[in-house]
Order: sequence, then C-alpha cells, then structure tokens
Amino acid sequence: MHLVYPAVLAALLFCTGLYGVLARRNAILVLMSVELMLNAVNLNLVAFDAWLRDTLHAGQALTLFTIAVAAAEIGIGLAIVLLVHRHRGISDIDRLRDLADTPGTPDADATDQQPQPDTKAEATA
Amino acid sequence: MTLAAASHGFLTPSGVEIAFLLVGLVTLGAAVVTVTTRQLVHAALWLVVALGGTAVEYLLLTAEFIAWVQVLIYVGSVVVLLLFGLMLTKAPIGRSPDADSGNRWAAVAVAAASAVALVWVVVDAFRATWIELGTPQGSTETTGRSLFQYWVLPFEALSVLLLAALVGAIVLSRKGDTAITGDGGTPPGPGPGTPPAPGGTAPVARAATGPVATPGPAPREEQR
Repeated sequence: MHLVYPAVLAALLFCTGLYGVLARRNAILVLMSVELMLNAVNLNLVAFDAWLRDTLHAGQALTLFTIAVAAAEIGIGLAIVLLVHRHRGISDIDRLRDLADTPGTPDADATDQQPQPDTKAEATA
Repeated sequence: MTLAAASHGFLTPSGVEIAFLLVGLVTLGAAVVTVTTRQLVHAALWLVVALGGTAVEYLLLTAEFIAWVQVLIYVGSVVVLLLFGLMLTKAPIGRSPDADSGNRWAAVAVAAASAVALVWVVVDAFRATWIELGTPQGSTETTGRSLFQYWVLPFEALSVLLLAALVGAIVLSRKGDTAITGDGGTPPGPGPGTPPAPGGTAPVARAATGPVATPGPAPREEQR
C-alpha cells in the first residue's frame, strides 16, 4: 500500500478536527472534534509502524496509550463540562468569558464589573 | 508493490488501496458531517461512523488488536459518554442554529490552509514509499508480546493515570454534589441545618460523618 493514502487521510482528518475545535460553540462538540484529531494521530502512528516494521512496535504501543489517555481525557472533560453546566446553566464556550481580557481597556476589572454580577450570583447560588 | 502482491495473495495491493480509499472517503465524509451538522445528537452518531471507519482502516493496515480496541473504547464507551453529556447538559434535540460560533470563516481558513500545507508536505515526502503488508504487524499475540516485554513500565504508569482520572472525575462530580446539598440544605431549613455544624471540629466531622449525622440532608440523599 502506498504510504501516501493513510498519511493524507490522517492529515485531512486532523484538519477536520481542527476546524471543529475552532468553529464549534458547544463544549461537547469541541470534545468530539478533539477525538477526531486524536484519531488522525493514531492513524499516522499505525501507518508508520506498519511501514517501519519496528521490532518494539512502538507505534502500536503508543496508539494504545493514546487511546487510553483519550478515554481519560474525555471522562475528565465531560465531568468539567457537566460541572460548569450545573453551576452556570450553559455549555457554550463563547459565553464563558470570566477569564477573558477585554481588548482596549487597560484595567479590565472596571469594565467587567457591569456584566459580571448575574453570572457571579449564579455561580454562588 | 509486486512483492507485496506475491506475498499477500487474495487481495492485490491495488485492491487494498481501493478499499482503503473508499473507507477513507466514508470516514472523511462522516468526520466533515460531524463537525458541520447543526443537530447535536446527529453529530455524535456521525462520530460513530467516523471512528468505525478508522477502525476498518486499522484492519486494512493489519493492526488487528488496535482496531478492536478502537471499536471497544471509542465506539463503545467514548461516544456513549458523549451522548450522556449531551443529554445531561440539556442539548436541544432538533436543529440548533447557534451550533457554530462567530469565527467560523476564520476556522475554515485555518483548517484549509493547514490541510493544504500538510497534504502538500506529506505527498512530497512519501511519494515513493510503499508499505509492505505481507506479514500482519499487529496481531494480538505480537502486540501483547511487545507490550508486556518492552512497554511494561509505561503500561503500569498508564494504569495509574487511569486511576487518577477516575478519581478526578468522581471528585469533580461529587464536590458539586456536596456543595449543592450543603448550600441547598441550609437555606430551606436553617433551624435543623445549622446546629450540627458548629459543634466540634467542623470540616473533618462534616466530611467524615456528613450524610449520616446531620438530620437535614440525609433524606435528600436518600431521595437521590
């Protein structure tokens, strides 16, 4: 098999996941796109392992590790998303801007105080 | 290619390539639908197609064990977790018009630019490289031997990592539970809720005997 086929497919899958991470608004859809990117990396690892015929099978062992780490990541990520949803009632990453810098204003605190209180009240309630 | 064909037998390498190409097209199409559809549950279901197609690609690359691990973990548990997450965050069932954020065209530009750059570099680098798929590379015996001969220490470290992730997920969801019952238990009934708290060492006693000793939150715990 030509090595270009799996390599190109992995590159295109990675870029699809990259688009999803950048363009999606729901946090769970962003996690799905991250899974797509990890799958692209796994496909590259398996293809290069089959090409190089490594005696240690480093590519396949690393693929297994990546799959396990991705499972752990999705568990922790979903727990965080559920915690944020429970406290704020939203899972849109565009609207979670407590740590955002507002451009132009040197002291972001003074301008942030106006939209803040309702979200703070929701967080403490 | 002719050498691989002679050793492989029933599928000519061009046949493997054609199968890889077709499954790759299906996988890529499912991935594109996953990141572009406006129905959130459909995105998770198309993700199943994309991950299953990747598992078939692993099979075509003779990495058999990885393919079944992919089916088990990704299709079996990760997608189910994602569906649970969608349901628990009250995701809208129908079309949601705000699934994409405002920087969509910037994301299209970045993804297209990186796709062009990556495909160009990859095609230029591996234009004359062939994988010889004569002998299977990733049967269960081979993977198990390499994993438990050379990769034992990372394997054990990975199990510790999984344990840490498990405990972390439990703590994340449980801390919210106790905070909600602690905060929600005191305001409705200030009378019975507050007296047990000041008595004695507050945090340790509450942490150890919280749901048992305090009469207020206990029925709430049982209701859940």
